[in-house]
Amino acid sequence: MALDKNQIAKRIAQELEHNTYVNLGIGIPTLVANYIPEGIDIEFQSENGVLGMGPFPFEGEEDPDLINAGKQTITTLDGAVLFDSAISFAMIRGQHVQLTVLGAMEVSEKGDIANWKIPGKMVKGMGGAMDLVASAQNIIVAMMHTNRLGDSKILKKCNLPITGKNCVKKVVTNLAVLEITEDGFKLSERAPGVSVSEIIAATAANLIITGEVPEMII
Amino acid sequence: MINKFVENIELALDGVKSNMTFMFGGFGLSGIPENIIKELSNREVDGLTCISNNAGVDEFGLGLLLKRKQIKKMISSYVGENAEFERQMLSGELEVDLIPQGTLAERCRAGGAGIPAFYTPAGYGTEVAKDKEVRIFNGKPHILENSLVADFAFVKAWKGDTAGNLIYKGTARNFNPLMAMAGKITVAEVEELYPAGELDPNHIHTPGIFVQRIMQGENYEKRIEQRTTRKR
Repeated sequence: MALDKNQIAKRIAQELEHNTYVNLGIGIPTLVANYIPEGIDIEFQSENGVLGMGPFPFEGEEDPDLINAGKQTITTLDGAVLFDSAISFAMIRGQHVQLTVLGAMEVSEKGDIANWKIPGKMVKGMGGAMDLVASAQNIIVAMMHTNRLGDSKILKKCNLPITGKNCVKKVVTNLAVLEITEDGFKLSERAPGVSVSEIIAATAANLIITGEVPEMII
Repeated sequence: MINKFVENIELALDGVKSNMTFMFGGFGLSGIPENIIKELSNREVDGLTCISNNAGVDEFGLGLLLKRKQIKKMISSYVGENAEFERQMLSGELEVDLIPQGTLAERCRAGGAGIPAFYTPAGYGTEVAKDKEVRIFNGKPHILENSLVADFAFVKAWKGDTAGNLIYKGTARNFNPLMAMAGKITVAEVEELYPAGELDPNHIHTPGIFVQRIMQGENYEKRIEQRTTRKR
């Protein structure tokens, strides 16, 4: 079975390292916060100006002055801090935030990412994504393997205007975990019950496959 | 104490004209100067260049100015939640300069801090870098970005005093302190206005020197764009 969005988030949560600062993008990445493994201490940064972001508030306790970058109501945890947008991006550009998890429309085998514009059709803007990908030490993309038309979002080269060059390190999709190596995408895990040939069929880039590809443990 | 208090919104907006450049604090609908935007949407000013991280939603925030076609150009980082914005942009009615969020924040900060331009890695190798100077520092390419200033900067704070000192609440701070620095005239609207001396100087976020006018805001709607909750 291909993973659902929550399972993609759950798989990415396994990448979280103890005592690190992490920025989660809009969409599937936001869900990662729900699956932090036991014993791992993480502080989540949201680029609109909060570090130490907590879960969604209880019903009736929503505060319009406390939102994340996806404009969702949130809470803060003990030790949290609030700041302006320039300080926030100082944390990001200055590489104080160690991991960024982003959604994407396309990822190339060189680690280029496109997620802000479809010329003539959809222009939402890049938000903080260009700053995040320009500087983060580690960037993981969370996305569906194919778009609504069934076309692969994993490509040799991005067709859409890119958000950043040579920056993505790993991609977790509903079908697979792919690492970006100097030689391109390495298929390192497959979704439970999804075969290697199904993944190859859904991918418009070469996949480096060495030996048996293990199933993800979700 | 230099008194920045203005009694009403007419005085707060004195000098506002068509074809000016305005900055608006806020992220999404959080921390936007609601009273000032509403008042501007009732005035006959147009041809505006608006610098704001987002463009409001269809019926609220800067969406009100967009609907009346008062905005000629938007300088923003993310405009995803506004159908009218997207329509005007794709049809070419509205000029749009989309820039990375951190670059936008820093361009405002720099504008207020007397720094004309700076290098940043954000946007290198993308459309954003088009026609911009590239320079390599520590082996990494950076692009040159100019600072931004505005004829008026409109900001919203939680608490303020008559000296123009401001304190923000939660993530409603966002771009407000940076834009407050970059306005030739900065107008702050606040939820709670105090006489100078009532706010602890240790707790001020924006020093009053950056604020030319401060007014009492009213009837804050504080719309939530994405109401997300968990069960008890």
